[in-house]
Amino acid sequence: MSVRRLALEQPASFEFSPQNLEWAKELIAKYPEGKERSAVIPLLWRAQEQNDGWTSEPAMRTVADMLGMAYIRVYEVATFYTMFQLSPVGKKAHVQVCGTTPCMLRGAKDLIAICKKRIAETPHTLSSDGDFSWEEVECLGACVNAPMIQIFKDTYEDLDEAALERLLDAFAQEKAQGQPPTPGPQIERDLSCPQGGLTSLIEVPDYVPLNLKFGAEPSAEVTAKKPEQQEPISKPEAPATSEKSSEKTELDSADETNTKPAPLTAVRETPVNDPTSQDEIANDVKSAAAAAVTEKIQSSPGKEPSDEAPKDEAPTDEDRPEFLEGPRGGKADDLKMIKGVGPKLEGTLNGLGIYHFDQITKWSANEIAWVDNSLSFKGRIEREDWISQAKQLAAGIETEFSKRASYDDNRKNDKPEGEV
Amino acid sequence: MLEDKDRIFTNLYGMQDVGLAGARRRGSWDSTAYFINKGRDWVINEVKASGLRGRGGAGFPTGLKWSFMPKESDGRPHYLVINADESEPGTCKDRDILRNEPHHLVEGALLASFAMAAHVCYIYVRGEFIREREALQRAIDEAYEARLIGKDNINGWDFDCYVHHGAGAYICGEETALIESIEGKKGQPRLKPPFPANVGLYGAPTTVNNVESIAVVPTIVRRSGDWFAALGKPNNTGTKLFCVSGHVNTPCTVEEEMGIPFKELIDKHCGGIRGGWDNLLAVIPGGSSVPCVPAKQMMDATMDFDCLSGLQSGLGTAAVIVMDKSTDMIAAIARLAYFYKHESCGQCTPCREGTGWMWRVLERMVKGEAMKSEIDMLLEVSKQVEGHTICALGDAAAWPVQGLIRHFRPVIEDRIDQYTAKSNPDGAVRSFEAAE
Repeated sequence: MSVRRLALEQPASFEFSPQNLEWAKELIAKYPEGKERSAVIPLLWRAQEQNDGWTSEPAMRTVADMLGMAYIRVYEVATFYTMFQLSPVGKKAHVQVCGTTPCMLRGAKDLIAICKKRIAETPHTLSSDGDFSWEEVECLGACVNAPMIQIFKDTYEDLDEAALERLLDAFAQEKAQGQPPTPGPQIERDLSCPQGGLTSLIEVPDYVPLNLKFGAEPSAEVTAKKPEQQEPISKPEAPATSEKSSEKTELDSADETNTKPAPLTAVRETPVNDPTSQDEIANDVKSAAAAAVTEKIQSSPGKEPSDEAPKDEAPTDEDRPEFLEGPRGGKADDLKMIKGVGPKLEGTLNGLGIYHFDQITKWSANEIAWVDNSLSFKGRIEREDWISQAKQLAAGIETEFSKRASYDDNRKNDKPEGEV
Repeated sequence: MLEDKDRIFTNLYGMQDVGLAGARRRGSWDSTAYFINKGRDWVINEVKASGLRGRGGAGFPTGLKWSFMPKESDGRPHYLVINADESEPGTCKDRDILRNEPHHLVEGALLASFAMAAHVCYIYVRGEFIREREALQRAIDEAYEARLIGKDNINGWDFDCYVHHGAGAYICGEETALIESIEGKKGQPRLKPPFPANVGLYGAPTTVNNVESIAVVPTIVRRSGDWFAALGKPNNTGTKLFCVSGHVNTPCTVEEEMGIPFKELIDKHCGGIRGGWDNLLAVIPGGSSVPCVPAKQMMDATMDFDCLSGLQSGLGTAAVIVMDKSTDMIAAIARLAYFYKHESCGQCTPCREGTGWMWRVLERMVKGEAMKSEIDMLLEVSKQVEGHTICALGDAAAWPVQGLIRHFRPVIEDRIDQYTAKSNPDGAVRSFEAAE
């Protein structure tokens, strides 16, 4: 605990500005009736902002009167929470240097030494011109950008001694220039991203179609915005499905067929709102077994198009490719040999009546769109070029992928490719 | 290692549009109504199936926690409170969610509130996160405007979401202290029982969850609990935001699979240890509250709850503080002891007095100005603080000290030897300082 006392010299009075009073009314309405005192911290904070960065005793009394609290309860709060400055702070900057271990390891002590030299020997003391003050604070929660400081609302991160000197100079001249220094990392770096560039999230654009897979079919907005997020076609290794959980899901889905359909239909009969009806279907695809899937998809084009979702690209039943009741000769081809098809997708395809490579080779553009739509993997068929893969496989030629896939018995394992 | 397609926070670094339109492109708010239609139990079961363990440090299963809430309201409202009072030294993951992925959080808040029959959610953001608070408020305003939340929203569950903030008190990260703070009091933890699920905010059933726990829920619901459970290791499933700070070449926050080997985490994302792997001294793997682990044990460790607790440490908030051989371990832990002294709320005597006492002894040990018998005394006192306080801050203050003594006792003894070796007949302490 730290011992904190009110300043000896206090101003005579405090009054909220009319705008702040208006704001306070809205704030208090956030809390249930009779619980108005919940607003004490935000109100004190606003009072501090209005009062040049420190909380005076008259301000505490004003807040207490507004909330019907005893003065002592507000004093308690103001002295307990360390962001309430109990004595005046620098007009141009009150420098809060984080000194906790992660920042200390990266040189916070040097920053404190500069503050001592340039501002005042002791914390919470105004510099001779009254423009600056400083204090050492506990962890400010920007540890990967250590060492760092906070000045009023903004943080300045990845500092060294020279950078802090520059910052203090800039704040000293702020009035003249009218521009406060840019907050955030003071080195070449994006927020908390590693310096030097991304080590993850490199293939983010590829994320869009995957959202559709798991999230559902494109909701109106996503479809509308898709063209902005052109997929890089040059990436043959575009991340495909999450093969990892597919096996599990597939097993589960068998049970789900028995239990799920009833609630699902119920959901659809009571459409809460139109934009999601599309999603429901796609999620049926996700959870229900393949057979059930076919049924639902067939019924889908008949559904009323939601007013937000442009359905012009939704293929009709006429585009359904040739399908079989069962595999010829009782033995289906191993569709998993096609890159981009996992056990789950294979099941779905079988459910659609697709069992053989030669069936796939015959798909027309419209039919591809139909299947694409049914799978809720937008664009995968073309991206992975199933057609030419199937042609090769139907002719008995192995593709790069099928060689690997058949070699690797662990393909169905939970491990992602490359780790097996 | 985690592939980009399995990452939940695809805008972690804020390189894309943070607003609603951008969030929707990344999948937020997609089919939310559909999942709400599936019912409370379905959502809870999906989260249970995911194996999600709370991301606030203790690792309590989130789905289980939700199921503690009363099934039917007895007339009192239910509340969801989201703990964004991220102050654990080393931890800065929630900050990135608040400023760059706020829609994950708001949507998660809706789903979680629905699962617990709560119509109101308070998000308690630490006072220092002013810009982050503004970003979150913007996201909430956008969601209200698009009628994604609010009364009669398009998702079919009346839901109000409010941002509340603190003013610089680490202890408000403790759930009952946080509730006290929202109620407009000093943040002093409450005795349990009654637990917040029965008597929480304003005396009503309340669940307090960490930001990250809630922010991953929409993705779990959309991609299924099985998907989440397939990542990571059994009992340590899913992805996790790791914040690596200290003596690595490129400190960063990164989303990785639970159970990633420590070495891989550092080499892949942080450019290795400063000065190479031989230069590693020790690691605090889960934020300041867990004991440090010396380099030798850490090299082969994996980053998950079970492996690290096996090393007598913990995953905590997955805030990895790396220290190389230039580090004065005693000073590093002494600074943490000062932190706990500063942040103790003063309610329980063992913590209020013990944290200050431990800090003062450690400050002497940094100089070597101590007796060797005091090392055992320090350990003994830390054991008396641990477990004898209302909340876990006492434990959190004791563990780093215990970790230091467990692994670095020879360093402390050596420091004492160096100091006493310079003594003279007038006595070591005074004249040494005078001689300097």
